[in-house]
Amino acid sequence: MTKGLLHPTRRGLLMAGGAGLLTAALPGYVGAQAAPIKIGFQLHRTGIGAAYGRWYERTAQAALKLINDGGGIAGRPVEILFEDDATDPKRGSEVVDKLTQSDGCDVVMGTLFSHVVIGSAPRAGELKVPYLVCSEGYHVASGMLNRWTLQPGITDVRSQIQAMAPWISANLGKKVTMVFPDFAFGHDHRDFFTAKMAEMGGEVIAQIAIPPTEFGFIDSLEAVDTATPGLEFLEGTHFWEGHNRVKPADAGEHEAAYRAAVGVDDNGASVSDAADVSTYAHMFSTWETLFAIKAGMEAAGYQGPGDRQKFVEAMEAMTDLPYGIERPQGAKMFNGKTHQVFGTQNISQVQGGKLVRVHQTSMADGAYEDAVDYTTMSF
Amino acid sequence: MTAAVLALAASGLSLVFGVMRVVNVAHGAFYMLGAVLAWAVASFVPGPPALAFIAALILAPLLVGALAAATDGLVLKRLNYDPEATIVATIGLLYMIEQAILSLYGPNANPVQAPFEWRIQLPWFGYSGYKLFVILAACAVLLALWTFLTRTKAGLVMRATQVDSTTARAFGINTDRVYMGTFALGAGLAALAGVLIVPIQQAHYLMGGDPLLLSFIVVIIGGLGSLRGTLIAALVIGLSDGVISMFFTPTLAKILATLLVAMVLVFRPQGLFGARA
Amino acid sequence: MTGAGLKIWTLHLALIAVLFSAQYWLSPYHATNLARIMVLAVFAMGYNLAFGYTGLLSLGHALLLAAGMYAAGLPAQLWGWSAGPAMIAGIAGGGLIAAVLGLLALRTAGVSFMIVTLMFAQAGYLTLLYFAPVTGGDDGFAVAATSRTLLGFDLSTDAPRFLAALTIFAVGLGVSLALVRSPFGRTMVAIRENEERSRMLGYNPFTVKLAALTISGLYAGAAGAAYAILFGYVGASFATIQYSILPMLYVLMGGAGTTLGPFLGALVMFVLIEAATGITTAHQFIVGAALVALILFAPKGILGTVRERWLRWLP
Repeated sequence: MTKGLLHPTRRGLLMAGGAGLLTAALPGYVGAQAAPIKIGFQLHRTGIGAAYGRWYERTAQAALKLINDGGGIAGRPVEILFEDDATDPKRGSEVVDKLTQSDGCDVVMGTLFSHVVIGSAPRAGELKVPYLVCSEGYHVASGMLNRWTLQPGITDVRSQIQAMAPWISANLGKKVTMVFPDFAFGHDHRDFFTAKMAEMGGEVIAQIAIPPTEFGFIDSLEAVDTATPGLEFLEGTHFWEGHNRVKPADAGEHEAAYRAAVGVDDNGASVSDAADVSTYAHMFSTWETLFAIKAGMEAAGYQGPGDRQKFVEAMEAMTDLPYGIERPQGAKMFNGKTHQVFGTQNISQVQGGKLVRVHQTSMADGAYEDAVDYTTMSF
Repeated sequence: MTAAVLALAASGLSLVFGVMRVVNVAHGAFYMLGAVLAWAVASFVPGPPALAFIAALILAPLLVGALAAATDGLVLKRLNYDPEATIVATIGLLYMIEQAILSLYGPNANPVQAPFEWRIQLPWFGYSGYKLFVILAACAVLLALWTFLTRTKAGLVMRATQVDSTTARAFGINTDRVYMGTFALGAGLAALAGVLIVPIQQAHYLMGGDPLLLSFIVVIIGGLGSLRGTLIAALVIGLSDGVISMFFTPTLAKILATLLVAMVLVFRPQGLFGARA
Repeated sequence: MTGAGLKIWTLHLALIAVLFSAQYWLSPYHATNLARIMVLAVFAMGYNLAFGYTGLLSLGHALLLAAGMYAAGLPAQLWGWSAGPAMIAGIAGGGLIAAVLGLLALRTAGVSFMIVTLMFAQAGYLTLLYFAPVTGGDDGFAVAATSRTLLGFDLSTDAPRFLAALTIFAVGLGVSLALVRSPFGRTMVAIRENEERSRMLGYNPFTVKLAALTISGLYAGAAGAAYAILFGYVGASFATIQYSILPMLYVLMGGAGTTLGPFLGALVMFVLIEAATGITTAHQFIVGAALVALILFAPKGILGTVRERWLRWLP
C-alpha cells in the first residue's frame, strides 16, 4: 500500500547493482564487452491478469538479481525491460514489436495468459526474435506456433492433467465431478482430463463450468488466502499446484533460498504483508525461464541479435535440466522437438485452512507423444 | 440474493438516467469503489467486524457520493448533460477510477469479514444468515428510496425535473442542485450495493463490469426511469439467470439470456413497465 | 468539379501520398505501427459513417469487427484459403452481420439502440466462446503462413504488409469521401439532424439507416479480416466491449462527421498510449484523463473544432 498513483516505469534502473559488482570483480572487462543483455518482458500489469503480473515481476526481478550477482550471462550484465501488455493479445503483439525493434531486446519473454501468447507469437516469428513463454498452454507443443517460440520454464496443461489423473482415479475414486473455468484453458483441462479418466476406466460424472463473465474473479482465486472466512467449504478439497505454496516439510534444499530471494514466507505470502498471497503455483516459471535463457545463451556463445538463431538451436539441444537453485520447482526434461519442458506436479489438500501436499507425480506420468517437430521447420 | 444487490445498483442507474438522461458508464466503477472502500475501512478500523462494517456502510456511500457530486460539478454540468458527451466523459472516469484502484489497492481480490456469522439451518439446506441480511437490507433501502421519491418534497422536485426540466426551472427549482444530488444519490446506491456484496464476493478492481451490464439490462427491461419497473426487472433477471443456467451450460445460458433481453428491447422498446414514449 | 471539391480531393490524396512515403522515412517499428493504425482507422471510418454521419450510436461494433476477422480467419484455418478470398469473405461477413443486426436493432433508437447493439455483440462474443472447438475460444488461433500471401507477396513481411494496409485504407477513405459528398450522404446527415422532417420529405429513414449500418459493417469486416491476415491472429478478445468502445473514442477524438477524423483519432490515441506507457505504469489513468479533457474542451473532436473555427469546407 506504499505505492503512489503515478510511479515511474522501472526500466533502466535494474542493472545498476549487477553491473557495478561485475565491474568491481573483473577490472578491465568493461567497455563494449560489458554492454548488457536485454530481455524484454511482456507483463500483465493491467487487465484480468494483473494479479499474476505483479508477482511475475517480483519473481523475475529476484532471478535477475541472482543472475547478475553471479556474473550475469557469459560475463555480461543482464537487464529486463518490463512492458505492460494489458493482458490483451493485440497489445501483446505490439509490445513484442516495441521491445524488439524500439528497445533492442535480445529475446522476449511472454507471461501467463495464453491468448496473449498466441496473439504475440506470430509477430515474434516475423521479427525472428526468440520468444520464451510461461503460459502453460498446450499451444506450443501442439505445433500451432513457430520455431521462435519456446516454453522451457513450465509444463503444459495437457501434461499436468495427464500426470494427475492416475492418482485421482486411484485415490479419490473413479467418479469425479469437475469444476472448471468456462474459458479456453478450462476447456483444455476438461477435455484432457475427461479423456484420460475414460482411459483409466473412470468417469467424469458431471462437468460444472464457471461462466466467463465471473472468470475475472475465479482467476484471482489463486492469490487468495485459503484460510479466508467464507471459504471454509474448501476444507478437504484437493488442488493442483505446480509449486507448493505452503512450504512442504520435505522441501528441497533450494526452496528456502528461492522464497527468501522472491520475498515470500513459508505460507506463500509476501514477507512484508501476510495478507498479500502470491501466485506461487505458477510464478516459478519466470525464474526458471530466465535461468534457461542464461544456459541457452552461454551454450550458444551468444554475442548479439545476430546469434538469435544459434540461441534457439542451443535451446533445442537441451534435455536434462536437474534440480537446483535455477529450478526451485524441481528437475525438468526439455523436449527440443516440441519446444516444451516436462516436470513434476503436486496435488495438495486443504487441511486446517492450509494447502498440504499429499502427492507428487513423476516426470514419466506427464509424458505424451510428440505432436510436432519444430526443428524441421525453417527459421 | 443476486436480485437484491442488482436492484440496488440498478436503481441508482435508473435514477440517474431517468432524471438526468445521462448514461453513466462509470456506474460499475462506483460499485467497485464501494466494495474497495469497505475493505479499506475494515482494515483500518479496529474493533469487531460488525463495527467496521457499519462504518463502511455509512462512509463508503458518502465518499462515493461526494466523488460523484464533484464529477457532476466539474465535468457533467459543463457538458450540459449532452447524452453522447457524458458517455465519453464517464468512460474516461471509469478508466481513471480503475487505474487509481489498481495502483493504490492492487490487482488482488481481498476479502472482508461478514459482520456476523450464523447459518439458518433448514431441514433440506443451510442458508447463510448474512445473505438473508443483504436481502432485507436491500429491501429496506429501496423502500426508503421509494418513500423519499413519492412522499418528500425533495423527491417531488426530483420527479418534476425528470418530467420537464425547463418548466421545473421556470418554477424556481434549482435544477443544477437536483442533478448533482441525483448523481450523488445514484452513485451512493451503487457503492452501498458494493459494500453489501463484498463479504460474499471479495473486492477486486475489475468487479464493476458485470453489475454495470446487468444494471443496464435491468433498467432497460424495467423501462427507463421507472423505479417500479427497475425493481421488478431486477427480481426477474436475478432469478431467471439462475433458472436458465440450471438447464444449460453457463455460456449457453448467458447467450440465451442476452438474446432474450435484446429481443425484449427490440419488440417492446418502452420496456415492460415504461410509459410509451 | 467545383473549387471546393478539388481542394477536398487534393487534401485526401495528399494524405495518402504522405502515408505512402512514410514507409521510406519511418523506422520499421513505426512503419509497422502505422500499418496497425491504418487498419484501425478503417474500422473507425466505418463507425463514423454510422455514428458521425447517420447518428447511430452503436456499442456493438466489436461484433462486426469479429465477424470480419472470423469470416476471413476460419476458412483460412479450416480450408487453407489464401489472403484474397479470405479478405473478400471477411468484408462480406462484416456486411452480412451488420445487415442482420440492423434489421433487428434499428427498430429502436437512441439509448435503446446502444444497449441492443451492446447485447447482440455480447451474445456474439459468448457464441465464439461456446463454439471453442472451432473458433479456439478465448485463445483464438494463429493464422497459417500460407494464408498470409497475396499474388506471391508475403503479407507477414514489412513492405507488402504496409502497402496492403495502405491500399485498404485508401480505398476506405475514398469510398467514405465519395459517399458523404453524394446525395445519399446528405440524406444520412438529414436523418441524423431530424428524422421526422426527412420522413416527411419522402425518405424512408429505416432503409437509409440500414444501408448506412451495412456499409459500416463492410468497413468493420475489412478491418477485422485485414488484422487477421496482416498480423496473423484471430481471437475472441476482439469481440469484447472494449473493441466497441475503441472506434467510438477514435471518432470522437478525431471529430465525428469528418472524413479524416477517424484516422487522426486512431493516430492520436495510439501515440498517446505509447507515450503514456513510457512515462508511468498508470497509463490508463492518463488516457482516461485525456478523454475527459477532450470532451470538456474540444467536444467536437480535433477536426470538428478545426472545421468550426477555421476550415469550414472540411468534409
